[in-house]
Amino acid sequence: MALRPSWKDRFGPYLLSLFILGLFLLVWEGATRPPRFDAKGKTEDQLTTMEFNGDIVKDAAGHYLWNPDKVKGIPGPMKVFEKARTELGEAFVKKGTNDHGIGLLVGYTIKRFMAGFLAGSVVAILLGVLIGLSKPLFLALNPFIQVLKPISPLAWMPLLLYSVKDPFWTAILVVFMASLWPTVANTAFGVNSIRKDYLHVAALLEMSYLRRLFTVVLPAAAPAIIAGLRISFGSALVAVVPAEMLLGELGAGYLTWIEWNNLDISGVIFAILVVGFVGYALDFAFGKLAALFTYTEV
Amino acid sequence: MSFLKVDHVSKLYPVLDDKAKRGESFVVFRDVTFEIRQGEFLTMIGHSGCGKSTLLNIIAGFDQSSTGGVILEGREITKPGLDRMVVFQSFALMPWLTAFDNVRVAVRQAHPDWPPEQIRDWTQKYIDMMNLHGAEQKRPAFLSGGMRQRVGLARAFAVEPKVLLLDEPFAQIDALTRGGIQEELVRMWNATRNTVFMVTHDVDEAILLSDRIALMTNGPEAELAEIIEVTVPRPRTRAELIDSPDYVRIRNHILHFLVKGAKKSKHTGKDAPAAPAIESKPELQPTT
Ligand SMILES: Nc1ncnc2c1ncn2[C@@H]1O[C@H](COP(=O)(O)OP(=O)(O)OP(=O)(O)O)[C@@H](O)[C@H]1O
Ligand SMILES: [Mg+2]
Repeated sequence: MALRPSWKDRFGPYLLSLFILGLFLLVWEGATRPPRFDAKGKTEDQLTTMEFNGDIVKDAAGHYLWNPDKVKGIPGPMKVFEKARTELGEAFVKKGTNDHGIGLLVGYTIKRFMAGFLAGSVVAILLGVLIGLSKPLFLALNPFIQVLKPISPLAWMPLLLYSVKDPFWTAILVVFMASLWPTVANTAFGVNSIRKDYLHVAALLEMSYLRRLFTVVLPAAAPAIIAGLRISFGSALVAVVPAEMLLGELGAGYLTWIEWNNLDISGVIFAILVVGFVGYALDFAFGKLAALFTYTEV
Repeated sequence: MSFLKVDHVSKLYPVLDDKAKRGESFVVFRDVTFEIRQGEFLTMIGHSGCGKSTLLNIIAGFDQSSTGGVILEGREITKPGLDRMVVFQSFALMPWLTAFDNVRVAVRQAHPDWPPEQIRDWTQKYIDMMNLHGAEQKRPAFLSGGMRQRVGLARAFAVEPKVLLLDEPFAQIDALTRGGIQEELVRMWNATRNTVFMVTHDVDEAILLSDRIALMTNGPEAELAEIIEVTVPRPRTRAELIDSPDYVRIRNHILHFLVKGAKKSKHTGKDAPAAPAIESKPELQPTT
């Protein structure tokens, strides 16, 4: 009997992932193959005009084909791959005021996201602790939180843009709003439902207010706070991309929009993939960080 | 002047769930009065619901008495403090701290002026005294129930409180482990001679550990029925205990009380200094 997991157990799932990816790419390629040009029934004149217009091209053997650069419809994986290669090749190049490399754009998005999320989380935790420590305050403010929580962060955008009049800050504030409510609600709940035992110990040991906060209240509520942060994190991540698109702030979301305006569908697909990978990377980092603050209840 | 005096303490709750009885109050216990001498180990036994935990919480300062009060060294108790450490039935260890840090937090609070090395050494001393060596860096989730309560005891003793309050400290520990940790408590208490107020269901535990045992009648409206002097000589070990004639007598007396006497609401011989006459009841089988 093998003690170590077998080769199949260890790598099987990854192989399956690769297989699914390959299958997906094949189907994608198959579904987006450009149609063959059928020259039958067309006069020589018509063909010359079409070639002149750039709709068709002659290949090496002298047969007419649809011009691959003008084909409409969803581009195939190879085209997206090509696009990705050129974009990643100049990831950190600034070609113009609005034409920054993908690496720079992702950097802006991460910075914007971090600023909004960190500020939102600090405010939310403070607010949550304050509310959670006082039962009357908790009961009084809970209805407001419950109403504010389900509002899409993007719904705040017009109001925010109107009040701060600056798209740069509006984008950060949208992320801020998106990260606020879940953390407030969870922190308040977590602090409010701390086991009485812990508070009794804090009282026995005559801890000062601050010491009690940092050695008992916050650690005891940490699992609930982290759960809230995690929800906030997701909601902020979902908010940052459309905020950039709508506000025209440079970033990964903006890239999606620009490529759409350029009618460069492979660019759009590439931008979507970038957003996905950035989100995954941020979430991974957050998970690692959160693991430092968790513990097993007894 | 007595060291710790529980003076005519009653605990009442307003009746909220029964509409017919609105405005009346539910009396948990009434007029409980006793004193604990400095260095004495006093245990309270009574059926579930007679208010033992409530009384202990009042002494700890977690809860307020409805009438009467608790006086420690001439001062009335109003809130919890470092002069009264509680050992909880549920251990109440901080799960995010290691065993060592759970004790250290308490030592640091008790001695804010000490340098870190002194706090560390003091913590280590109590960790070692409770046989926790090697488990210092483990978090409570990775300790057995017995180990967890050792940490709880180390935390309480390390503060050197005037009074130790133990609320069924071994109730969540399996019977085999319980014996060992009870003897550790005996050793610790012999070394420190702390004043202890303990609450328990376990008659043998009470006799092994206590100088005196207070018996409560059943709740609601529980009262203190009597206080028995445990005349078994110290030092006591569980092995020697079962051969002691005093042990048999006291044990039977308590069991008899719990089975029959506790139901009487009117008490007799409150604060009786000495145990009553031997009552050997052969039909009462030891059932702990
Ligand atoms: N907040 C409360 N409101 C009303 N009644 C209460 C409240 N807290 C406790 N009681 C009542 O007080 C009585 C005593 O409770 P307590 O926990 O002190 O009993 P106990 O003797 O420690 O019991 P056990 O041995 O089961 O621990 C119980 O009947 C309980 O229902
Ligand atoms: Mg109890």
